[in-house]
Amino acid sequence: MNAVVGRGRYVEGSLDKMMRPTAEHRGCGTSVNTGQASCRSRAAHGELPAEIWEKVKKHPCYSEGAHHHYARMHVAVAPACNIQCNYCNRKYDCANESRPGVVSEKLTPEQAVKKVLAVATIIPQTTVLGIAGPGDPLANPEKTFKTFDLVAKAAPDIKLCLSTNGLALPDYVNTIAKSKIEHVTITINTIDPEIGAKIYPWIFFNHRRYVGIDAARILTDRQLQGLEMLSERGILCKVNSVMIPHINDHHLVEVNKAVKSRGAFLHNIMPLISAPEHGTVFGLNGQRGPTAQALKALQDACEGGVNMMRHCRQCRADAVGLVGADRGSEFNIDRVMKMDVKYDPEMRKAYQEKVEAERAAKVAASREGLAEFAGEMSEITVLVAVATKGSGLINEHFGHAKEFQVYEISTSGAKFVGHRRVDVYCQGGYGEGDRLSTIIRSVNDCHAVFVAKIGGCPKSNLIRAGIEPVDRYAHEFIEKSAIAWFRSYLEKVKRGEIQHAQRGDADIRYGSLISAG
Amino acid sequence: MPFKIIASQCTSCSACEPLCPNVAISESAGRFVIEPAKCTECIGHFDEPQCVAACPVDGTCVIDTSLPRYQAPS
Ligand code: SF4
Ligand code: SF4
Ligand code: SF4
Repeated sequence: MNAVVGRGRYVEGSLDKMMRPTAEHRGCGTSVNTGQASCRSRAAHGELPAEIWEKVKKHPCYSEGAHHHYARMHVAVAPACNIQCNYCNRKYDCANESRPGVVSEKLTPEQAVKKVLAVATIIPQTTVLGIAGPGDPLANPEKTFKTFDLVAKAAPDIKLCLSTNGLALPDYVNTIAKSKIEHVTITINTIDPEIGAKIYPWIFFNHRRYVGIDAARILTDRQLQGLEMLSERGILCKVNSVMIPHINDHHLVEVNKAVKSRGAFLHNIMPLISAPEHGTVFGLNGQRGPTAQALKALQDACEGGVNMMRHCRQCRADAVGLVGADRGSEFNIDRVMKMDVKYDPEMRKAYQEKVEAERAAKVAASREGLAEFAGEMSEITVLVAVATKGSGLINEHFGHAKEFQVYEISTSGAKFVGHRRVDVYCQGGYGEGDRLSTIIRSVNDCHAVFVAKIGGCPKSNLIRAGIEPVDRYAHEFIEKSAIAWFRSYLEKVKRGEIQHAQRGDADIRYGSLISAG
Repeated sequence: MPFKIIASQCTSCSACEPLCPNVAISESAGRFVIEPAKCTECIGHFDEPQCVAACPVDGTCVIDTSLPRYQAPS
């Protein structure tokens, strides 16, 4: 697996060379200044060995390119857990909340299968089934593996994906391999037991409760051992880490190296979600999450190690649909059980072929956009925010956006670096002033906001905040448009019409991503 | 004294159920209960009562003082 990392190098400055093999993966290009690049999650065919590309190209979490086009679903069959994390509270479920570990209903394996078939039929972009709790799937091995086996039989075209804290992992590696699970996510927040003791109050292992450093040491050892065992068997591993300021923030660079050396395919550093009303230890003792700038700085510091994942939405354990656009509430189990589902793999296949064609068009478009830069170099990089409903297009109204996707643009191309959740500004036809200012705060580090449409009031407010609202690329491809806009920006800077300046920090917000329907 | 589950605190997570060496814990309609006659406080099996050690909500699996102590077979 290690061979994957570090491929896709290109020669400094030779844009042409870089664009050819990377297809939709201009991301590699952004490390011009360091002169080296690793393939990130968006890596496209041509850089990755074919069999790995096959595994990731339709997985919205493993391939950043795929997350615009394909959908995943989680089923909550595994409520028990064998460790306690200070950022988790399994006691409360709030319908308005989107955070990992939270679910509205727990399913039996049989109910889960019916739900998978219903969702895959109604949302044909669904390519991945994940079991991610709300507890630890491997603390509920019977329910977890039974669900996977039933799904594998009923819908063999769906990829199976498992997310675990790793404590029980070494015991189940063989079962995982046998169950045709191709993707495993392990949450590893630290490799230092002293730090671990601040994150995990206890673990339950070998019929005993362990606390403090002993607990953290056992957990760390088991996680790393499990990761190694999976890599040896060729199962793709993603490592999730929660960035907790003052506890593990600097240390995560070490974690990145450690998991890379053990074959992790992707590293996903997520911000701590912490609010008093969540009732978690961190929420109650005032532990803050990181700012957008701190998170991005850490992710940047880890570039060049394991591929960085930047599009994670930390979705609920019962999330359904495209990443960032949850449709879970359409599929509550009472409704699902009443549905008459006819699962048709042919229909799904035809649909997904269409999606692939769309994707290829997007790749071609951004390549075209990049070609305009050939020979041009600039030190300037800016962030822009995009209102999108998916498919890689600027196709959402400012007032309807539930999140903005953030791209970093330079003369090497546009690279996806994150997303910002917001509360929908326009509700029932009128916008709310308060919300507008929080939306502006959440994209305050961006120079421009790309939208399909925007009203007069938010437009002038954005301009006043120093952010350019851009609606002239409505319904066009994000990256191509961003590059075109950047060209004109650079020209204006050259002509002295505007002065380039870095912008400030922005807020990371967690909000209602759960659709009301 | 067998253990009991304080229903108002239980999250119905099911962590305790498969761990009980005596199959004393069962679920019905999403509620978990311990059958007092079957609970041995884990004596002779494990160092700690398994339901207590595994339960994520402290103070949910507790000793039921209204019932007599379990006598471990000698
Ligand atoms: S939690 Fe993160 S990794 Fe899992 S499905 Fe959601 S976005 Fe993907
Ligand atoms: S104390 Fe032991 S025997 Fe009694 S209910 Fe709990 S796990 Fe079962
Ligand atoms: S472990 Fe605790 S919370 Fe979970 S079902 Fe048992 S008693 Fe309830």
